[in-house]
Amino acid sequence: MSFFEARKAAANVAMMIVTGAAALLTVGVLLFILGYLVWHGAHSLNWGFFTELPAPVGETGGGMANAIVGSGKALAFATLVGMPVGFLGGVYLSEYASSGAAFVLRYVTDLLNGVPSIVIGIVAYALVVKRMGHFSTMAGGIALGVMMIPIAVRSTEEYLHSVPRMLREGGLALGRPKWRVIATIVIPAALSGIISGVMLDLARVAGETAPLLFTALNNQYWSNGWSQPTATLPVMIFTYAISPYPDWHRQAWAAGFVLLMVVLVVNVVARLVLARKRHVVVG
Amino acid sequence: MGMTESRPGFLGRLRSGDGIARAVVLLAAVLILLITAVILGELIVQSKLSRHEFGWRFLVTSTWDPVAGEFGALPFIYGTVVTSALALVMAVPLGVASAIFLAELAPRRLSDALTFLIELLAAVPSVLYGLLGIFVLVPILQDHLVPLLKSWLGFLPIFAGAFYGVSYFSAGVVLSVMVVPFIVSVSREVLLAVPREQREASLALGANRWQTTRRVVLHYAARGILGSIFLALARALGETMAVTMVIGNAPRISKSLLAPGYSIAAVIANEFTEATGELYLSALIELGLVLFAVTFVINGLARLLVIATVRKGGAPS
Repeated sequence: MSFFEARKAAANVAMMIVTGAAALLTVGVLLFILGYLVWHGAHSLNWGFFTELPAPVGETGGGMANAIVGSGKALAFATLVGMPVGFLGGVYLSEYASSGAAFVLRYVTDLLNGVPSIVIGIVAYALVVKRMGHFSTMAGGIALGVMMIPIAVRSTEEYLHSVPRMLREGGLALGRPKWRVIATIVIPAALSGIISGVMLDLARVAGETAPLLFTALNNQYWSNGWSQPTATLPVMIFTYAISPYPDWHRQAWAAGFVLLMVVLVVNVVARLVLARKRHVVVG
Repeated sequence: MGMTESRPGFLGRLRSGDGIARAVVLLAAVLILLITAVILGELIVQSKLSRHEFGWRFLVTSTWDPVAGEFGALPFIYGTVVTSALALVMAVPLGVASAIFLAELAPRRLSDALTFLIELLAAVPSVLYGLLGIFVLVPILQDHLVPLLKSWLGFLPIFAGAFYGVSYFSAGVVLSVMVVPFIVSVSREVLLAVPREQREASLALGANRWQTTRRVVLHYAARGILGSIFLALARALGETMAVTMVIGNAPRISKSLLAPGYSIAAVIANEFTEATGELYLSALIELGLVLFAVTFVINGLARLLVIATVRKGGAPS
């Protein structure tokens, strides 16, 4: 082997090692983060966390029952706001749009996806909170709902698109109108993918904090109905983490654990469903 | 798309329900464009007071005094730029190298498993990164990393001064961990989109794996990788919670990275609900407008770069 070739081979091995180490480091950081959150969070959790209201400032104990319910309500409202628009927009992209219109809509959707969440919060404040005159679950839900739209659009489009052409043509050949083919054949064929996409979308906004800071605000007590301010898990984690009380720090870890578990379980399940689905469509 | 369509005329379509269906989905599509426009419009309208009062001066002055009604955004713009730049300095080499390993060098199954894990990292809510930042990263920095850094590089002005834990540097480190998954996942996708013939031709000419990667694959995918970096940058610029929790929230400009600072998103998060007076609120909303405009442009560029590369790879050339 000449000197030149030996150098070539050495560079090959060296880069293998360097890039491999980078990948290892990235995964290592990930495992450390997840491990730390799970270990520390699980230690901080107790039954009262799920059943009790937050304790008054200075007292230890208490829980975040109201924040768990508040997060659930805000997410339900968000789904109601964002999902119809996102889903129908995805159907438009996949089934109806001309290629020019599709490019524009896809592009704008991606840009909407990139709008910083704090900015969505500002706009929801200006349009909803200011008009209503007070902070509310509804305002928080609307902010989160807008954040759900882009991913709902893109995942709906993707899974409708993966439905084989033959299925559509078969339906059309039977003389059915296009919309019935879409509603009774195409959408059902893509349903598990679309639902998984929705779940991933929900998991993403479940942890959003910034858009809730000045829409849902926070609440020490139960929030009735939809037009009162409400506690939510992410905002509670923020508030408790930056407080000076050790017991609040413990509860922030507990809340972080609960939030992380929800997000991770949804992600793993939805991704497994999607991976299986991809094989079915291809194979 | 992709469906063959006969044209039975307007009335026929209406009777079959197709007209209605098309109108409904079109409405949703228009609504999405409208929402994006409303976000921009609302920011412009609501920041009018501040824009009229301060003009372009808003962007280049550094006094932030709500009591005196004097608002200059420079400390926040500076903090946002510095923390994001720091994040990229750390995240880009790590992310791109990981992506190269995953796309080019690792066996496919290992690559898929590791990518799955790394994408989970992207799903962790940002407030949890803030939590880890406060209680794990800051103590590590304070006790181990920063003393080491100061003993080696303390003579540099960017590492001068006392370190209290919260700082530009801490925020940059947290951000870098947060954006690595984006760089890895998009870069890997772009690398995988490079056509096989390109690699095979290079290997057939006697180049080895790394030479092929460096001269052919990376050359081909360069724009897409740049796109992934832009996406990460946009994300870092707009990140709120994690930065708010570790940057120190001090509205001033410091040369030292170890000093506490502030960012655009963080000041909005902290002061918005406490802003008394129309001008104060309007100034905060103008900060939102600045953030929106910057991330909009960077995201727009990033998407174009990624689209250009993936398209090039998709079409047989």
